[in-house]
Amino acid sequence: MSDAGTPMLEVRDIVKTFGGVHALSGVSLQLDAGTVHCLAGENGCGKSTLIKIISGVERPDSGQIVVGGAEHDHMTPSGAMDAGIQVIYQDFSLFGNLTVAENIVLTGEVAAHRALYSRRRLRPAAERIVRELGLNLDLDEDVERLSVADKQLTAICRALVHDARIIIMDEPTTALTRTEVKRLFEVVRQLTERGVALMFVSHKLDEVLQVAQTVTIMRNGVRVLTAPAGELDQASIGRYMTGHDIDESRLVAPVAADAPTVLEVRDLTLPGAYRDVSFVLRRGEILGITGLLGSGRSEIAESLFGVLPAQSGTIAVDGQDRAIRSIDDAVAAGIGYVPEDRLSKGLFMDASIADNIIASSLDAYRRRRPSRLLDRRRIAETIADLFGRLRIKAPDVSSRVRSLSGGNAQRVVLAKWLATRPKVLILNGPTVGVDVGSKSEILQILRQEAADGRGVLIVSDDVPELMAVCHRVLVVRQGVVVRELEGADIDPEIIQRTMAA
Amino acid sequence: MSARLLALRGSNNEGVLAAVLVVLVIVMSAVSPSFFTVGTLAAVVRSSIVPVIFALAVLIVIVSGGIDVSFAAIAIFAAYTTVKVSGRGEATAPLIVLVLMALAIGAVLGLVNGALIARFRLPTLIVTLGTQSVFKGALLTYIGSRYIADLPPSMDRFSKTNLLSVHTSGSPANLSLMVVVPLALAVFVWWLMRNTMFGRGVYAIGGDVEAARRAGFRVVRSQLLVYVLVGMLAAAGGVVYVILGRNANPQDLVGGELDIIAAVVLGGASIFGGRGSVGGTVLGVLLVQLINNSLLLVGVPAAWQRAAVGVLLVIGVGVQAATAKRTNRRVLVYNTLDTVEVAR
Repeated sequence: MSDAGTPMLEVRDIVKTFGGVHALSGVSLQLDAGTVHCLAGENGCGKSTLIKIISGVERPDSGQIVVGGAEHDHMTPSGAMDAGIQVIYQDFSLFGNLTVAENIVLTGEVAAHRALYSRRRLRPAAERIVRELGLNLDLDEDVERLSVADKQLTAICRALVHDARIIIMDEPTTALTRTEVKRLFEVVRQLTERGVALMFVSHKLDEVLQVAQTVTIMRNGVRVLTAPAGELDQASIGRYMTGHDIDESRLVAPVAADAPTVLEVRDLTLPGAYRDVSFVLRRGEILGITGLLGSGRSEIAESLFGVLPAQSGTIAVDGQDRAIRSIDDAVAAGIGYVPEDRLSKGLFMDASIADNIIASSLDAYRRRRPSRLLDRRRIAETIADLFGRLRIKAPDVSSRVRSLSGGNAQRVVLAKWLATRPKVLILNGPTVGVDVGSKSEILQILRQEAADGRGVLIVSDDVPELMAVCHRVLVVRQGVVVRELEGADIDPEIIQRTMAA
Repeated sequence: MSARLLALRGSNNEGVLAAVLVVLVIVMSAVSPSFFTVGTLAAVVRSSIVPVIFALAVLIVIVSGGIDVSFAAIAIFAAYTTVKVSGRGEATAPLIVLVLMALAIGAVLGLVNGALIARFRLPTLIVTLGTQSVFKGALLTYIGSRYIADLPPSMDRFSKTNLLSVHTSGSPANLSLMVVVPLALAVFVWWLMRNTMFGRGVYAIGGDVEAARRAGFRVVRSQLLVYVLVGMLAAAGGVVYVILGRNANPQDLVGGELDIIAAVVLGGASIFGGRGSVGGTVLGVLLVQLINNSLLLVGVPAAWQRAAVGVLLVIGVGVQAATAKRTNRRVLVYNTLDTVEVAR
């Protein structure tokens, strides 16, 4: 932390209200050159609003923004860019149909109000930035063919071509694997060496502590704390974020000794993805499947749900062999699946919470023949029951899903599958992008569902989460289940070693 | 596939298209001896002149993520109106004035489309379907519905000018001077889409409108310009069509949009926006025209030609969907390799 120079960016007493509600009430913050400052807080605490004010998308009601010594009442998007502020959004705002090189240089050309575009003139600029960061990016590849991590690096390169001195990254690690996160942090270190001031907005506490020098925590539009990262640990950050203690400790109810097997998988094989996968899942049990991205963990789940049918092997539900060739087969067999990318695969964003909850189970709510019409009363009961049981925070069930925060959207997906009364519930990354408060509540809901006699299968690389709820954990490496962990063996050290060995 | 083969394939399957064209020519030459002649070549080129101009217009709008089915109505509106108001006899205006007039009409009609689409954010297919009928109705009601058999002399002169004239054993094969127009326009559009910020902006908007807006592209202005440009290109095509046909019939052109759109999509332009090239588009038009010509030669009834174009369109879109699927899978494989490497 440089205390000698003036800060790169300072915001003072920012107040912002939306329709009478205080989104920010007097927030101050400062960002120093060459440091990483992490902004943490639960969904809805005002961090997004603060970023929008810094990047000029929103105007504050009062307060000042000081960039490089110049004081502003508010910023404009182009003014912020001219001042060297770049925001890298979660969706990166890249053009998938254009090449990496073009994505890196194009926005700069727009800002310079150029009329002509020349590949030959611009390519060296893109090459220079990629070389300086020591990255291995194919400049001629179309961006839509890149992995998420490489897309992010492209977005970072684009920011640097603009001579960004302040880079704000919104949830930069959400979609990355552990190795990719390491690579990102390496790039972040180089950026700080160049004197860039970085601000990370993140939920992921362990990562925050690794990379940040300073942490600011917000709650309900107020800055609760700014402190050096070294003085904080996960528990204290969680406490400041939520205002109460967060319980991430292991809490696993014993499975009854005579609990029947609900799912049995034998020698499941899909060439190129995984092979010879066998396991059993009993009623009331929570089983974790973990491994690196690309290890085959997601593919196993998708095969059980018929998205990516297996080539050989058997799947038995309640002792009955089931041929699962399609999603319909899986649903008929009593399997529910909450996908990883829930926003694009799991929800109708512009439909109401109620419609989303009931979307997968409409067939079960028909009246008897001959009418076969929907039984609206029973549907309403189910919706009200799940809405309450999952504690979805929304004015009422007719709110649109788009208006919900990540944690609440995730509960709606859960509710949708619980409405089908599945015997086996599979969840892929159940708490990805969800804040700590919601996370422990969602985990508690899963414990409850298991206790009600369902078999729950969690696919995740979030080790603390697996530790908190799983009875057993299967570790997958290069498509093979290499180890089954139970009880005290479910330990971060052992899991990580087994995953990457 | 090796890198060299991939390069030959082209970024939008232009190489594949060229190969299909060559194979088709070889097969047709074997089947029908009258096929591989200068006369056939001249016929295919002549029948491609107007479609290439229209296809360039459609290419731009498809790359921008939209679609325009009103271009044929704009073309005949602009061309017929120009011929009608110019009158007859020796006192008519020189060609350059007539062309500028047609372009201006095309620009105004295009602006109508653009304003509706960009300002009110209406779906492009619906808007242009509507304006297609409006333009044609207005033409027939207010301008005229009568067939005009004799063009103004300044135009008519050009319809008889040939760039090339080859006398083979059979009938003479002529290449009209008008072939210069699509060639020049193709070069212009190629340059525009590749080397101007407007052109790159059209690709960006077709790729992701929201990202384009955040990057600072002036989306509304670019879209307006796209539809104005389409109107002007359509008008140019209409004028060339009238000159080649040596008459102006207000009932012409409208109804033939599908052939053009099919050719552009076959040429590799993505119906979802953001992709497409001038080279591919020209090849696509040539393929459609060649197939139309070949079917005629082997005695397939004209009605089936429509079906053939429909099949081509479905194949074109099908190939795009299949490629998109393959791309997704490739990303998955990349990720797997990446992690395996790291794991070692």
